[in-house]
Amino acid sequence: MAEHHEAHEAGHMTWRGYVLIGIILTVITGVEVAIFYIPALAAVLVPTLLVLSATKFILVVLFYMHLKADSPIFSRVFFGPMVLAVFVVVGLVILFKVLPEYGG
Amino acid sequence: MATLEAHAPHAAQPRGTRSIIWDYMTTVDHKKIGILYFLTSLFFLVVGGLEAILIRIQLMRPGNEFVSAEVYNQLFTMHGTTMVFLMGMPIAVAFFNYIVPLQIGARDVAFPRLNALSYWIFLFGGIFINASFLIGAAPNGGWFGYANLTSEQFSPGLNIDFWVLGLQALGAASIMGGVNFVTTIINLRAPGMRLMRMPLFTWMAFITSFLIITALPVFAVALFLVTFDRFWGTVFFQVSAGGDPVLWQHLFWMFGHPEVYILILPAFGIISEVIPTFSRKPLFGYAVMVYSAALIALIGWGAWAHHMFATGLGPIADAFFTVSTMIIAIPTGVKIFNWIATMWGGKIRFTTAMLFAVGAVALFTVGGVSGVMHATSPHDLQQTDTYFVVAHFHYVLIGGTVMGVFAGIFYWFPKVTGRFMNETLGKWFFWLYFVGMNLTFFPMHFAGLLGMPRRIFTYAPELNLATINFVTSLGAFLQVPAVLLLVYNLWISVRRGAPAGTNPWNAATLEWATASPPAEHNFNTTPVVHSREPLWVEPAQVEEAARGPMEHIHLPPPSYWPILTAAGVVATMALFMTNLWWAPLIGLAWTMIGAINWAFEPTH
Amino acid sequence: MENTAAMPAPHGHGEPAHAAHPPTATGLSTWKLGFWIFMGSETLFFGTLISTYMVYKHESVTGPFPTDLLDIPLTSVSTFVLLMSSLAMVIALDGFQRNDRRMGLGGLMGVIILGAGFLGFQAYEFTHFYHEGLTLQTNLFGSSFFVLTGFHGAHVTIGVIWLLILWIESFRGRFAVTNEHALKVEIAGLYWHFVDIVWIAIFTLIYLIE
Repeated sequence: MAEHHEAHEAGHMTWRGYVLIGIILTVITGVEVAIFYIPALAAVLVPTLLVLSATKFILVVLFYMHLKADSPIFSRVFFGPMVLAVFVVVGLVILFKVLPEYGG
Repeated sequence: MATLEAHAPHAAQPRGTRSIIWDYMTTVDHKKIGILYFLTSLFFLVVGGLEAILIRIQLMRPGNEFVSAEVYNQLFTMHGTTMVFLMGMPIAVAFFNYIVPLQIGARDVAFPRLNALSYWIFLFGGIFINASFLIGAAPNGGWFGYANLTSEQFSPGLNIDFWVLGLQALGAASIMGGVNFVTTIINLRAPGMRLMRMPLFTWMAFITSFLIITALPVFAVALFLVTFDRFWGTVFFQVSAGGDPVLWQHLFWMFGHPEVYILILPAFGIISEVIPTFSRKPLFGYAVMVYSAALIALIGWGAWAHHMFATGLGPIADAFFTVSTMIIAIPTGVKIFNWIATMWGGKIRFTTAMLFAVGAVALFTVGGVSGVMHATSPHDLQQTDTYFVVAHFHYVLIGGTVMGVFAGIFYWFPKVTGRFMNETLGKWFFWLYFVGMNLTFFPMHFAGLLGMPRRIFTYAPELNLATINFVTSLGAFLQVPAVLLLVYNLWISVRRGAPAGTNPWNAATLEWATASPPAEHNFNTTPVVHSREPLWVEPAQVEEAARGPMEHIHLPPPSYWPILTAAGVVATMALFMTNLWWAPLIGLAWTMIGAINWAFEPTH
Repeated sequence: MENTAAMPAPHGHGEPAHAAHPPTATGLSTWKLGFWIFMGSETLFFGTLISTYMVYKHESVTGPFPTDLLDIPLTSVSTFVLLMSSLAMVIALDGFQRNDRRMGLGGLMGVIILGAGFLGFQAYEFTHFYHEGLTLQTNLFGSSFFVLTGFHGAHVTIGVIWLLILWIESFRGRFAVTNEHALKVEIAGLYWHFVDIVWIAIFTLIYLIE
């Protein structure tokens, strides 16, 4: 268990680190809202928002939920099903929204 | 050989019926829970079978009036619902429960009380759904409950309410079980048992459990959408509001297709234990068997709309799902070949278990062939909604799943009870069942291709389907004495079967190192394994661990909170049916009280 | 599976006590592993709800429509509140892991208050929409919006109750401050963060993307 200990300590963030992540999350949220209101950026709104929110998502999962420093087993049992969840969303959107545009 | 008395929590002594009942009501032992699942599933097999017999009596002759159309709808709906949710899935879980912890060298599953909760929700939920028969309002929208037939407008009675509420509870129980088994298999393996050393049955349990935890939540949402439409007037499937009934089909089959793999993989696991044992050879291509099962599960997630080829998906979607469905045939076919290769050159013993395992491989292949025919979407446009489909899925489900399960029963009965089942009765059972099953379902291929639609309560004489249906019904009737033989065999063998030792079949995996039946704590000391076939490669060491000196053992104590909480869950469902806004809150409160007491219950 | 016997001083990261529990095959806590698996399963649940919303986007036959009602500035504030509650949660966990009761209890109370605050925003939003003519029954937007955000809100509510019970029991010192206690807080924290990341997805896909 000792090696497990040390790896843990090495990956362990202090409260300062958490606050920093919190600030980053707030800033990203602010940017998202700002982009929403800038008409000139309308064309890139969707991809930009997706990237930004994915970043927030990853930051919370990796650091607040500690997945980055923890065993990869946790990552696998969580992200495995999550990949399927993304597939469900993408699949249904394609079947209902995209394909009908192109004559199925 | 240390005796058990010094450490055993329960010494062996005769107990009254009341104490046995209390024991089972509060048990958190995976073996007892496995037995409960098994007996309950067997009961529902008979219930579902009775529904099938009534269906076949009605269809025996054209224009028959044995049951009305309305009753017929309830019969085929409940036949499907019962066989899938109250028999097929739970009987797999029965085997997972009893066998997996033994096969990985563990004392129990990861969350023993959660395990009990899953069982009690299954039992109470199954009773709840079937209670609908008492008021003549059994679910009647098909086991797949297509929208918007299931809407309040087109199904104004209580039938569909029973269906959505009952299945929601059962689905939750399944998900809890899935989480339990994935955790157990990852975290409670004995030292030395790397993943690629696990018995194949445990691998199948692992993969099936992943399918359960990913597919059932989709079904849960689909059921919620219909429940909200029916109870609270949402418009998810209200066409006038823009709702799309085809969305139900997508969501249902996104669950429903992985569901059929949930139903077949455990049987594949059983077959993969039985065939090597009775061929006296290790399983051919172990790694490939593992990877192919994982591939089947993964690709199976991408094939669902092959159930929807007639809904106007468009050519791109049709093509995609045709290809994904056909591709699954490859890893599946590989398994068939590997089982045959396992037998090749082996020293084969045709015990009843082996007969069922080999029979299952053969009959599943027949079902697989018709399955590939369905995969081609132009073919399917002719075949869908005909009896050709009914033939297909009964070959894979009865041929594959049910016969695989029967193999498992004969195989593991000696371990569970310490006695053999009667082999003569077993062989009669096998042949009666085999002939009956084929007589029932093979003609259905022809009925379907001749145009007989599914889900019809009668048919006109001019269609020339009378002979085929008559023969089919005879085959179905033949299955009745066969199943009765099974029940009789179980009954007398428990009492008077020939004594079996710890490893009567000379099998290779860890469960055969324990006593028959195993002590409550399974292994006296946790074994250390160094191979895939520990009892063939290192028997002395493993048996010494299992039945030799005992280490300090702590077992989780029994608890009545799981059964109480389960009653709360199903009570909540039942109280929704009263349509009083405050009634379900009572059920929810009861459930919460159960859960909180459970959380604070000492477990030492 | 909780062991209330005296334990060696915590080394912080919620690993199970060694004396009473046999070692696990991976060295990982069974409870923590089970919980991550459960969360994997829950992504499918929310993924399907989100899919339903997205499939029905722009399909409502009658109004009110999203652009009429969705209040981005207000929801940005509630999103910020939820994000900050996650920060409070990690601070609380850090406190308990290092045996700093004040930081632990303070952080937990922060999560509870911020979480309740988020629920307050949701309650306001729901009531406001209702007064503007949007109900579960009105149209596809109403049905899919309220069911999706309603299930999310129900999860947040369960989380707040869970954390409240955890706070009370921690305050009463019912758990010896041990590895096992930190594990309980950690798992409650995982649940809370999960509810937060689901909201991140909902905020983007439902509110921001048209």
